[in-house]
Amino acid sequence: MSDESFEPTVIGFTCNWCSYRAADLAGTARVKYPPNIRLIRLMCSGRLDPTFVLKAFSSGADGVLITGCHPGECHYLEQNYKALRRFHLLRRTLQGLGLEPERVKLVWASAAEGVKLAHEIASFVEEIRALGPLHWGGNGSNQSSVISGQSTAHAFKEVPA
Amino acid sequence: MSAKPKFAMYWAASCGGCEIAVLNIHEKILDVDANFEVVFWPVAMDAKYKDVEQMEDKSILLTLFNGGIRNEENEYIAKLLREKSQILVAFGSCACEGCVPGLANLRDSRQIVQTAFNTVSTDNPKQVYPMTSYDVPEGEIHIPKIYPTLRTLDQVVDVDYYMPGCPPESHQIAAVIDLVIQVLQGKAQLPPKGSFIGVGNSTVCDECERRRNVKAIASFVRIQDRASELDPSLCLLEQGIPCNGPATRSGCRARCPSAGAQCIGCYGPAEGVTDYGARLMSAFASVIDSNSPEEIDRILDGLVDPAGQFYRFNLAGSLLRAGRSAWAKEKV
Ligand code: SF4
Ligand code: SF4
Ligand code: SF4
Ligand code: FES
Repeated sequence: MSDESFEPTVIGFTCNWCSYRAADLAGTARVKYPPNIRLIRLMCSGRLDPTFVLKAFSSGADGVLITGCHPGECHYLEQNYKALRRFHLLRRTLQGLGLEPERVKLVWASAAEGVKLAHEIASFVEEIRALGPLHWGGNGSNQSSVISGQSTAHAFKEVPA
Repeated sequence: MSAKPKFAMYWAASCGGCEIAVLNIHEKILDVDANFEVVFWPVAMDAKYKDVEQMEDKSILLTLFNGGIRNEENEYIAKLLREKSQILVAFGSCACEGCVPGLANLRDSRQIVQTAFNTVSTDNPKQVYPMTSYDVPEGEIHIPKIYPTLRTLDQVVDVDYYMPGCPPESHQIAAVIDLVIQVLQGKAQLPPKGSFIGVGNSTVCDECERRRNVKAIASFVRIQDRASELDPSLCLLEQGIPCNGPATRSGCRARCPSAGAQCIGCYGPAEGVTDYGARLMSAFASVIDSNSPEEIDRILDGLVDPAGQFYRFNLAGSLLRAGRSAWAKEKV
């Protein structure tokens, strides 16, 4: 599914104490990363509810990047391990639903690692570009457009019991 | 003869179990007859769609609608009954959230038809498949067109109340019928539109009497593989059995865990839960006793079918609503 003009939409959930600052630092240092990513700041990666990721996909995202402090450095002690476990489980569930698990990625980045984070963002955008658009149709509104043919207005014959 | 308020019940994409559950309220069914005129109920009486079409709008007081919206006919009747009814209840898990019929949303409808007409038990040497219209000497005949996905009732029409459960427990059905009768007699008021009725407002865990103490587990295992070793008084999840109680709405009196089986989630998402599967993923992830990626993966290998575990009842009602292939453009 290679579409030359495809620009992936990526949502990035970043931890306030590390990766969000890393992204900030990348900006200050004029390290470029692709504009495809929309960052959403959480207080900690442990706040990452799988609901957010599903919501992102059902609203049109092609990929979701989750970032947090390195293991052992979470400001709320062990919450990034919780994020790690959720991430593993979420990927398996997405696979069961027919989505490539690679559309979700977890990256650790400290506040000092602006360059590293910019790099990770750029390569994730390319990975998603290679996977192609998700085109999630799940908002339901397009259901009738998927159904070709006659309207439901005609009277139905009785179905024998 | 009758000035009695009118009652209807309909089945769309469903199994028929909800109808049985209504009959299972035993002598309470006589109260339904005493207080309502049953005008349309295909499982129980003869009536034609055209009879319903001719009724005045809003002339049916109460319609219990079970089943999801899988095809044109389901949608047509859902819209018709919406027009004709004052109170439309999404009755049972199928109407509320898609339920087991909604699991077919994991595949596209072409695959569903293929499977249905080509299973081991189906001898189909000529590869005959249903067509939505067909010419016969008597004229053209139609069967309803199947949709790419099954939708919940409220994804198609406006719903007044939700009554989840697969099927709803009989004591809950009886309580709801009592309530409506009391409303008719001016002794009670209807709950606000959009309410869940015949349910509790916490989780199955809250109703479950099993003891909880450890917070961490080192493996998941299917109940049939560990049945003989289970402690009957201890929380099943803490013994590694994937139990859906933490995300599931209360109302069944924790029927399954008290009988020794895990909750599989038939009462649907608990109050305030946006996506049932997501809530369960959080709940399961927090009891896994490991911080190492390899070990986490090993533990998760015990969860054989995560999508089925988390969305057995709620796939159509979930944020994603379907597996990816169901949304591919298709002709059936
Ligand atoms: S909710 Fe359960 S019992 Fe009711 S129709 Fe659906 S599958 Fe059958
Ligand atoms: S997880 Fe299951 S067994 Fe444990 S308390 Fe909740 S409902 Fe009961
Ligand atoms: S315990 Fe769970 S699966 Fe069993 S009846 Fe209650 S809600 Fe349904
Ligand atoms: S504070 Fe950064 S991951 Fe917890």
